[in-house]
Amino acid sequence: MSSLSYAMRDSSTMLRRNLLHARRYPALTMVVLALPIVFLLLFVFVFGGTLGAGIGGVSGGRAEYANYVTPGILMLAVTGAAQGTAISVAMDMAEGIIARFRTMAIFRPSVLTGHVLGSLIQTMAGLVVVVGVALLVGFRPTADVLEWIAAAGVLAMVTFAIVWLSVACGLVTKSVEAASNLPMPLMLLPFLGSGFVPTDSMPKAMQVVAEYQPFTPIMETLRGLLLGTAIGNNAIISVAWCTGLALVGFLWSRKLYSRDPIR
Amino acid sequence: MTISQQRNSGAITVSGLRKSYGDKVVLDGVDLQVAQGTTFALLGPNGAGKTTMVQILSTLIGGDGGEARVGGHDVAREPDAVRDLIGVTGQFSAVDNLLTGQENLRLMADLRHLDRATGRRRIAGLLERFDLVEAAGKPVTTYSGGMRRRLDLAMTLVGDPRIIFLDEPTAGLDPRSRRTMWQIIRNLVAGGVTIFLTTQYLEEADQLADRVALLDHGRLIAQGTPAELKKLIPGGHISLQFTDAAELDAAAAALAATGRDDDALTLQVPSDGGVRSLRALLDQLDRAAVNVAGLTVHTPDLDDVFLALTGQPRELVSALDEKAALR
Repeated sequence: MSSLSYAMRDSSTMLRRNLLHARRYPALTMVVLALPIVFLLLFVFVFGGTLGAGIGGVSGGRAEYANYVTPGILMLAVTGAAQGTAISVAMDMAEGIIARFRTMAIFRPSVLTGHVLGSLIQTMAGLVVVVGVALLVGFRPTADVLEWIAAAGVLAMVTFAIVWLSVACGLVTKSVEAASNLPMPLMLLPFLGSGFVPTDSMPKAMQVVAEYQPFTPIMETLRGLLLGTAIGNNAIISVAWCTGLALVGFLWSRKLYSRDPIR
Repeated sequence: MTISQQRNSGAITVSGLRKSYGDKVVLDGVDLQVAQGTTFALLGPNGAGKTTMVQILSTLIGGDGGEARVGGHDVAREPDAVRDLIGVTGQFSAVDNLLTGQENLRLMADLRHLDRATGRRRIAGLLERFDLVEAAGKPVTTYSGGMRRRLDLAMTLVGDPRIIFLDEPTAGLDPRSRRTMWQIIRNLVAGGVTIFLTTQYLEEADQLADRVALLDHGRLIAQGTPAELKKLIPGGHISLQFTDAAELDAAAAALAATGRDDDALTLQVPSDGGVRSLRALLDQLDRAAVNVAGLTVHTPDLDDVFLALTGQPRELVSALDEKAALR
């Protein structure tokens, strides 16, 4: 077998390991999934009436707001998954079996790719559940099949990038507690962007932050695909951000993992 | 490098190996050789540098200086070639706690790139051999210490490694599990595997190893066969306790004692601590009609070895080196 097929085989072996972990110990997945759903219900049923009137659509109100907030909630779910990934990587690194993997002739990053692919699959499954709940509480997308596929692609792309970053977070920290705190600021990004309110309702300085952070173009792209608003160059900017973040996360993770493990 | 050259250079060759963590020198210029198909024991107390040695030889961490070759390959320059040949079972269990025993073995079979049929056959064989058939489907978290260690070693053996590193393989095991582990190790050697073992127990090195090296503060202070090493340490003895001075005098007259304490009323008699010699001693005391109040058997242990060697390391090391050169 060539080294490429070894890389594929080892990665899929490690992926199977991670999926077994997730299946056997679903608590972490559940906690991660609960947060965006709670926020969705909170924002639609508690704040939705007022915020919906504020964003001013044709009909306004709660129904309008359910549509507006769903892309932000989806991004919140992605960042929640990032936290889960960082925790499970940090927990895994404390296990003796990682030392064993390091003394075996396997594709070295496969431990990490197993985590990334495992988290990607879990997160996508979680997003399906979140979309399901959103539909129940009044989310009414206008997307056709192609647009749904494109939206899923955008979500997979951003999840992939964020998960690589959180693998690095899990590797760089010495404890599980620290690993769970490190990706926390990511969870603020949907709020500090166009996730919950339009950016033009914010003060000038805040608007600059909101418009130039990575999540805003991604949320605008999702909004465009699912609800038919204008996308403009947001799609291109999203792809650029995700490529950059994934690359940074991957290179950083690889560097951290190839260090000598500390005794 | 041809196979015969590899054989000549030994399965493991280490020269001038050094490793420090910050200011703390862990390995301070270690030289050693392990011949193929033999068992080598690295004996030393906690913190001597045994685990670091295994970590470097098994490519887990890098050394700071010197050279180490395993199976003819340099551990720093060709780590993957070394990894293909070796198996490692550490003192801290290297099993996946979230999986079952069977799943752990399957994971190893896949990572060793065995085809499905070979993997299945080997896993079934190992479960049988290590008495884990019943526990195979249970999560590892439910295993006892001994079972966990057996699974750990079974996982190492899935890849059929030619050189196996065992870092304190019996630490924390009960005597029965320890004996089981010893038998497993002997069987491996019988199959032609080279074993590099670390241990704190002189007895374990004695039982298993062809050659033993003593590591203390990152330096090898002695190296040789178990018999050679045992000659260097004071032998075992039996300590007899008496109730009065007259009994002590009578016993001292009847026995070839090497030590006597008139205040404590004790007498030391050299002995290997075996049942036969113990019985002979008691017979002698009976014939002399001496009453013994108490008796303790003292067998030489690692403490004796280190006491004997660290007090006068230079002469002893050089004496052993001469012996090694003669071999």
